Amino acid sequence: MTHIDKSDPASVVENVSRRAWLKGVVASGSLIVAASALPRGAMAAWKTGADAMPHGTVSDPHVFVAIDKDGIVTIVAHRSEMGTGSKTSLPMVVADEMSADWSRCRVVQAPGDEVKYGNQDTDGSRSLRHFVQPMRQCGAAARLMLEMAAAKRLGVDVSEVEAINHEVVHRHSGRSFGFGELAADAAALPTPAPDQIRLKDPNSFRYIGTGSVPIVDLFGITTGTATYGADVRLPGMKYAVILRPPVLGSKVKSVDGSAAMKIRGVEKVMEVKGWDWPAKFQPLGGVAVIARNTGIAIKGRDALKVVWTESPHAVYDSDTFREEMLATSRKPGKTVRNEGDIDAAMKSAARVVSAEYYVPQFAHAPMEPPVATAWVHDGMAEVWAPVQSPGGTHDDLCKTLGLAYDKVKVNVTLLGGAFGRKSKCDFALEAALLSQALNAPVRVQWTREDDIQHDFYHAPAVERIEAALDGSNKVIGWRHRNVAPTLFSTFMPDPKYQQPLEYSMGQVDLPFEIANIRCEVGEAAAHSRIGWFRSVRNVPNTFATQCFVAELAHELGRDPKEMLLELIGAPRIVDPRKTTVDLWNYGDPFETYPIDTGRVRGVVELVAEKAGWGRNLPAGHGMGIAVQRCFLSYVATVVEVAVDDKGKISVPRVDTAIDCGFFVNPERIVSQIEGAAIMGLTVAKHSAVTFKNGVAQQGNFNDYPVVRIDEAPRVTNVHIVQNGWDVPSSGVGEPATAPFAPAFCNAIFAATQKRIRSLPVGDQISL
Amino acid sequence: MITLSVNGQEHSYDGDPSLPLLWFLRDEAGLPGTKFGCGEALCGACTVHVNGEAVRSCAVQMSDAAGKTVVTIEGLDPHGNHPVQRAWRAVNVPQCGFCQAGQIMQAAALLKQTPNPTDEQIHTAMAGNICRCGCYQRIEAAVRTAATGV
Repeated sequence: MTHIDKSDPASVVENVSRRAWLKGVVASGSLIVAASALPRGAMAAWKTGADAMPHGTVSDPHVFVAIDKDGIVTIVAHRSEMGTGSKTSLPMVVADEMSADWSRCRVVQAPGDEVKYGNQDTDGSRSLRHFVQPMRQCGAAARLMLEMAAAKRLGVDVSEVEAINHEVVHRHSGRSFGFGELAADAAALPTPAPDQIRLKDPNSFRYIGTGSVPIVDLFGITTGTATYGADVRLPGMKYAVILRPPVLGSKVKSVDGSAAMKIRGVEKVMEVKGWDWPAKFQPLGGVAVIARNTGIAIKGRDALKVVWTESPHAVYDSDTFREEMLATSRKPGKTVRNEGDIDAAMKSAARVVSAEYYVPQFAHAPMEPPVATAWVHDGMAEVWAPVQSPGGTHDDLCKTLGLAYDKVKVNVTLLGGAFGRKSKCDFALEAALLSQALNAPVRVQWTREDDIQHDFYHAPAVERIEAALDGSNKVIGWRHRNVAPTLFSTFMPDPKYQQPLEYSMGQVDLPFEIANIRCEVGEAAAHSRIGWFRSVRNVPNTFATQCFVAELAHELGRDPKEMLLELIGAPRIVDPRKTTVDLWNYGDPFETYPIDTGRVRGVVELVAEKAGWGRNLPAGHGMGIAVQRCFLSYVATVVEVAVDDKGKISVPRVDTAIDCGFFVNPERIVSQIEGAAIMGLTVAKHSAVTFKNGVAQQGNFNDYPVVRIDEAPRVTNVHIVQNGWDVPSSGVGEPATAPFAPAFCNAIFAATQKRIRSLPVGDQISL
Repeated sequence: MITLSVNGQEHSYDGDPSLPLLWFLRDEAGLPGTKFGCGEALCGACTVHVNGEAVRSCAVQMSDAAGKTVVTIEGLDPHGNHPVQRAWRAVNVPQCGFCQAGQIMQAAALLKQTPNPTDEQIHTAMAGNICRCGCYQRIEAAVRTAATGV
């Protein structure tokens, strides 16, 4: 059922305007774009935070579905595709609900336009979680419109007809009309009222939950014809790279571009505007080199001589900063969750166990470095870019260029990986500003060095956990201090403390049954751009809490899995809202997505059983386990490691269990979790960007290594919890990254008795 | 003037001869299937065949490509049905897909030389190609599938 997406906007837009694009998609006889009639959030079986996001949700088939007279159904994918498969999965939900035959469906990528499509911010593992219900409604509404058109033609009541496999059938007479025959009549109907729409009985789903639908870009990807950010080529386009300030906050003091201009093919050297920090996603500024192609532009940039102004962030040194964070973690911080009386528990404890953990700063390093093409002309701007937030990019372009909403178009290409980096549209703004200045289409390409040295980094963290044990070795107190610069320093004057959104990812949402709990955050200033990386603060918080559980188990001579289950306690709802300063529940209602320890236990028990926890292992092997509630899903991982006599670590096997509620495309869930094991292994083993004098010390895959095929886990097994259809959908893209590092490090301990408390593992256990 | 054959067509280039082949293919010849990932021959995203061998096009200067025969992902098979491409689809290898052109070109070169590679031979041959999404388990399976026929 593979098909080529010939309507990919990036390949079409080269020679057409926005109006022509719409005309191209909404061909004659198709559903016509009209104002949204369905109230946002209507008919949801469970309430989500989707409608609290900018522009909420839209489920109107007039917006998302077009049918041509040959019956080809075109469905709009409004979220960005960065590898999770949502460009396939959400349209597939529409197709299933409308009883369309997937082989006769096409998918087109929406441009950035949240007023029309609803929220497009492809981030926070939200695409399926927030849009599975609106897309079901959309498909069901389209099905009803087709049925109404058929009933009218037959002069019968709509209850007498039924859409089945791309046609509407009259039950009594057996007469049928193809979707193509009905398209024009159906398109002329208003969107049905919510109380008229019936969702399908899940037992009759044809595609949802089956896992047999390949991604829509599969053929294009394997033939080199799929369009990514750098693949759009406009007539007269200029090729640019930018030399950015090596230290955050520096600006250009002077430029000598004379040597660069002598290189054959270099056309121009020019300063580009930078913003004072903090500046959200505005460009860093610097010096651009424009040339006949990207390779020459890079060569020209290498020949630039630029003097930069001084910056207060030149003091930033990762080693010193780590020591400062460590010192901070040993003093009381700001309390963000307080339950019982931790001081009394510590005082009365028969024994206190404590440990300190460190997770360094690291870069996203998607295989496609940031890149964008822009054409600003005649009071309009059009951009082609791999952005996670097309709507946000649209808004930022309007603001930066001073253009009205309808004068800007953001065409979304495929994203060659993103992991949070491409939520920040600085690269698209750079291209637009350069295009405006040069009065020509411009592509700005980031090199790998640009990417690693000017990222919105995952923040470094020190985490200190202390547990108070009573005389019978029961944990009666838990104090967790978390020190890290906050990502809010990117948006406002540095608050210097982690905010609810950060400490609610794995610190205050601790699902343990302990009478006295205190969570604190410590002060830390940001000296680089801080962003969010797949799993976000769950990475350091899960590393700390789940390693600490294994440490406690070892201290007490217990099995780590049994210790973990004991701390989780009985199946119940943990509600830390009353004891926490502004618990953030991933932006979704707690009532829909409570902290359910039954489900925490469920994934632990499932993964342990599937992995054969406790089985006899060869010498040098060890198993580790970790669990996390992450982006509202429950995910547990068992890693088996093998350590040879030189301390070289390999991973023969990984098992991960995920409970993500109502799911659509299990095949893509499996691929996300296989990938999370690789990314988790990279985080655990390799990732660190370090700073000296404010300058990032790594720049490419030689000094910022990532896992390659020869050190990848040999087997990753994925176990999806089979829920009823009434369990709300939760995140998939991010969750499984979090438990990998602690499970891996716990496995190393089991194999070697060496405890890893600082990432990356690097050569810590090499001999 | 440098001339070379790309996907069976003659091309010429009149610029700086130190230009990496990658940028000629992408920006001058209009063949964007070959991807830029690192510029230092560290990631394999730009892998093409030069005179039948898999090379990193970011590390081949145009002066060294003169007179050579280059095949890119666009030219691997006229219908996109090379056994490796078919295997990649049968196994649903890609996630974001960005590195896959390089992976496929590398795998095609491996199988041409070693039609039935061992696991270790697959690892050695494919270790220069990074996939940040982490499709390695499927890449390995697809190489094996291509070797045994799909």
